[in-house]
Amino acid sequence: MNEPLLNVENLSVEFSTRAGSHAAVSDVSFTLCAGETLGVVGESGSGKSLTMLSLLQLLPNRAAAHATRAQLGERNLLQLTRTELDAVRGREIAIVFQDPLTALNPVLSIGRQITEVLRHHFRLDPARSRLRAIELLARVGIADPALRMTQYPHEFSGGMRQRVTIAMALAGDPKILIADEPTTALDVTVQAQIVSLVAGLLEQTGMAAIWVTHDLALLARIADRVMVMFAGRVMETATCEDLFARPEHPYTQALLANLRQAEGATTAVTADAAARGCPFAPRCPAVANICRSTAPALSRAAHGGQIACWAGRE
Amino acid sequence: MNTWERLLHTKPARRGLLMLLLVIAAALAAPLISPTSPDHLDPGARLLAPLSRSAAQPDTHHPGMLHLLGTDSVGRDTLSRLIYGSRLSLAVGFAAVLLGALIGTLLGVISGFFGGIIEAVTGWLIDVQLSFPFLLLAIFLLGALGGGKTAVICVLALATWVNYARIVRSQVLSIRNQGYVEAARAAGAGSMRIIFIHILPNTLTPLFVVASFSMAQAILTEASLSFTGLGLDPATPSWGTMLNDGRDYLLSAWWISTMPGLAIGFTVLAVLMLGEGMREVLDPKAAP
Repeated sequence: MNEPLLNVENLSVEFSTRAGSHAAVSDVSFTLCAGETLGVVGESGSGKSLTMLSLLQLLPNRAAAHATRAQLGERNLLQLTRTELDAVRGREIAIVFQDPLTALNPVLSIGRQITEVLRHHFRLDPARSRLRAIELLARVGIADPALRMTQYPHEFSGGMRQRVTIAMALAGDPKILIADEPTTALDVTVQAQIVSLVAGLLEQTGMAAIWVTHDLALLARIADRVMVMFAGRVMETATCEDLFARPEHPYTQALLANLRQAEGATTAVTADAAARGCPFAPRCPAVANICRSTAPALSRAAHGGQIACWAGRE
Repeated sequence: MNTWERLLHTKPARRGLLMLLLVIAAALAAPLISPTSPDHLDPGARLLAPLSRSAAQPDTHHPGMLHLLGTDSVGRDTLSRLIYGSRLSLAVGFAAVLLGALIGTLLGVISGFFGGIIEAVTGWLIDVQLSFPFLLLAIFLLGALGGGKTAVICVLALATWVNYARIVRSQVLSIRNQGYVEAARAAGAGSMRIIFIHILPNTLTPLFVVASFSMAQAILTEASLSFTGLGLDPATPSWGTMLNDGRDYLLSAWWISTMPGLAIGFTVLAVLMLGEGMREVLDPKAAP
């Protein structure tokens, strides 16, 4: 594909605790091209959300991110000044969060919350930002947007609120939309609506997107490429077709064979991603001696993607 | 304004506002509506009961003046003093509450939001303030500042900012971890924007409750300060000083203390009703 929009190399996130620093994400590398949708899949605690938060410097205070590269166009995302950061957040990269119930301010009207983003990024006057906000609400499928503008979050259902947060994310006209499990808190029918809404919006705007989820089946519908994460590391990266047709990593295979069983059969996994050996070794059916002593680095896989597994090495 | 219209449609707020406007109008129009000067002494008309007339002046044919609310121990007209007193009591009450709320809210928000050293220093200030007896502080400050209206307002504000700071800080501590604050940050909002647009409006509800109670407190505290001779000149008409003036005559001339007491009660009730209405209007969930 063309020149990557976002290029991240060896990103690590460490939490400093009294017991010393603890890696929650280690050596994550990925690229995102314009117009592409990257799916990031992994269990809870696999570091997928932290990876995304670190890109916008939204990590909790005790966590720190390091990377050899985190390039967005000309900018290094991890070395932005305050003003640059305010210009990147929402304007270059926007995030839709998991829980729409808390992502909206209960005492501000919906209209106010959207126009706030518009006025901050584009310095629009009140009248024009109002029109633009109505337009945005209509685009995310909210009926009677002019009336809904004056209402407050508690007057919206969960699915509607998620539509509003998507409208807020679109307000900055970002190049990259990060969807951090946006459908997890919603019920199944609404999930499907939100997914097709976002898929449609991505197609219309040509925005690049990173869709974080633990639902592999969902990614089959919307992702161009899929990155599989486990215990803070990338296990496998491949195009969507290849990953589903020819998964190479034992973890991906297990996920595909039976997602639920793989999640249910959680043997205790060392939370420290920096521990020696492959983090999946305790649960891997194809485990070898080397897996327990040295973690495999990402390397080229047979399907053309990348894989971190000793067994998959050519 | 939408908020204003809704405020006027709330029954308690409308009544409270009306009552408060009445008091304010009386204060503003004091020279026009008060029967006589509040400082006019009439030794011949001491401790007159409400609705009685003072004796006719021997050298004129005028009948004696009607004292609607009676007179005090030196023959000053209670109604006139009440009307003029409203000026000072309202000014002191409002100014002290505004100043205290302003200082307290700002410190509370900043310490709750930024945490760290700022929070430690503010927490320490709050502890010092709370452990320091108010009267002692008042004596120090009024001694240093030399009394007068401004000094009294400052002392009252200093005594009440702690209430606001503590409440706001605890609110901010829970609000700053809400999803919408993170979402606002992710959308590019800076700290100031987050504080003033996303956090502060969420702390207003309890603030209004505290402020309306503080208002009453401020009027009464001003009275006790004046009583100890620290506050205003005792000759200045204020509801607080009047309340104290009548203390010795409670059994023989009940009206001297009762009238300013009723006035304080009326004003405080108005403020409380208005505050309640404000709270209702500002809380989107309570709106119809």
